[in-house]
Amino acid sequence: MKYKSQKVAYWFFALCMLLFTLQIVYGFIMGFARIGMDGLHDFIPFNTARAVHTNLLVVWLLTGFMGAAYYIIPEEAQRELISVKWAYIQLISLAVVGVIAIVGYHFNYWEGRKFLEIPRELDYLVVVNVLLFLGLILGTLFTGKRKTTTALVLSMGLLFAALLYLPGMIWFDSQVTDSFFRWWVVHLWVEGVWELIMGGILSYLLIKLTGVDREVIEKWLYVIVGLTFLSGILGTGHHYYYIGVNKIWLIVGGIFSALEPLAFLAMALFAVYMYRKGEKSHPNKIALFWTIGAAIVSFIGAGLLGFAHTLPQTNLYTHGTLVTAMHGHYAFWGAYAMIVLAIISYAMPNITGRKRYTQTNGHMAFWLSNIGMLGMTVAFGVAGVVQVYLERKMGMDFMKVQNEISIHFIVLLLCATLFTIGIIMYIIEFIKYGRPTDEALNAESV
Amino acid sequence: MLSKSQARAFFLGGTAVTFLAFIGLTVFSMSPRNDQTNHDKIDAQVVRGKHLWETNNCMGCHTILGEGGYYAPELTKVIERKGEEYVKIVLQSPEPWGPNGRKMVKYQMNDEDAAAMIAYFKWIGEIDLNGFERIVSPLAKDK
Repeated sequence: MKYKSQKVAYWFFALCMLLFTLQIVYGFIMGFARIGMDGLHDFIPFNTARAVHTNLLVVWLLTGFMGAAYYIIPEEAQRELISVKWAYIQLISLAVVGVIAIVGYHFNYWEGRKFLEIPRELDYLVVVNVLLFLGLILGTLFTGKRKTTTALVLSMGLLFAALLYLPGMIWFDSQVTDSFFRWWVVHLWVEGVWELIMGGILSYLLIKLTGVDREVIEKWLYVIVGLTFLSGILGTGHHYYYIGVNKIWLIVGGIFSALEPLAFLAMALFAVYMYRKGEKSHPNKIALFWTIGAAIVSFIGAGLLGFAHTLPQTNLYTHGTLVTAMHGHYAFWGAYAMIVLAIISYAMPNITGRKRYTQTNGHMAFWLSNIGMLGMTVAFGVAGVVQVYLERKMGMDFMKVQNEISIHFIVLLLCATLFTIGIIMYIIEFIKYGRPTDEALNAESV
Repeated sequence: MLSKSQARAFFLGGTAVTFLAFIGLTVFSMSPRNDQTNHDKIDAQVVRGKHLWETNNCMGCHTILGEGGYYAPELTKVIERKGEEYVKIVLQSPEPWGPNGRKMVKYQMNDEDAAAMIAYFKWIGEIDLNGFERIVSPLAKDK
């Protein structure tokens, strides 16, 4: 750790771990409800569990991105964070808004719009919180000694993510218009600006872990984020095929969303090539596993599995089925969860001064969680394909089909258990690292 | 070989062009002459229905226009499939509705709210969905 203020990141990562744990708990509530074990229905019905599960995902990933920015930006800008006190205020206010939202969902305090369930009053608090965060990050970056491409791409991603939140706050009388602009937030986040954030973090980690020249890595970073926006912006059209807007989106969305895997393929090739090109043998192999793993799994989850149902002719049948859940789980895991776990794995030894990356637990956490998530994805995929065939092709009733595919939800729960064991091991390692310490300052930089 | 400044130009140029195209297509598809939703039929009851749909987070279990929770039936064509009376009974049920094994939240809506929900579903059911309306429910497909 080079700058004392980088320690702030630790508390964001700790909040990540807590929210991630809760997200998994609510995932199990949903999984059990799907096989008829809905004993909590009176207190936590499925729609509550789902809102909590998906919103916790968004919040813990955003918290992770923020922690990553607080760790990376001082080092890239070569100066301390402009205000540590305000960074802690931002963290606490973020946690408070999150807690109010999550508790509120249990009392019908929500907007009921998929992924954007946070009620309007809290939206304003989120905006203030994010503005404060951006002020601290951009203030540090632009008063620093250098402005690297990695830092600029990361900051640009965070700034655009904040701006794109705004269209989701507009009320529309029409469900179709509402849905149209809701995708401006959700799609352009996860298949647009979040990829900038992922690219920025990936670039930083590859520079540190492989020792490849910064200029080479950052040049390819531009190409990758260029491909991301080139395909991803007009690729939003794949959400517009069948929601009641013009047919032109069938063509535009079809062509550009078919190109979206290219950005992920480029990212995977980039990470693997830089790893092989690198001459540095970094001792933190766990961080390296998560970093390279994120690039490869995001290509499979977001790229290939997204492509599998993105063409209009296929999506006509898969739209609104569990096939989407299959793609969603593996894409979020690979592209965003793994990159957050990668930066945490890299930063923890540096901010605590304890080099625990030789422990077997860390490797076990990586493999168990990845095998578990792959199994969950397959379970969702098989259930989704059978659902499409029986419901959309054979015309069977929704609930009869759900009963037919219930065996796949049992498989889903078993794989989720394996995944959870892996994540528990990761969190145990996180706890064992202990608190950040000033003694880690200017310690041997790895 | 590609230089860093060329790579940056590719990123900035590509982003600017596709973003402008996206804005243009948005304006095009939102223009009244391209409306496929019978927007003029959105009255106060439909708006109230949408409000109820959101405040009760129905999308957390059901899907509509193919978007939602994949836990309970798709409701885009629910009036066509089940009829107004059935939908009203479900919305006003004094017990959690769940004849097929999955429980629904007990809403016990009053007559006004139930009528608003039905008006909303009727409006949704008449949207031109580029062919999805023929796939989304068995009854609609038969027709």
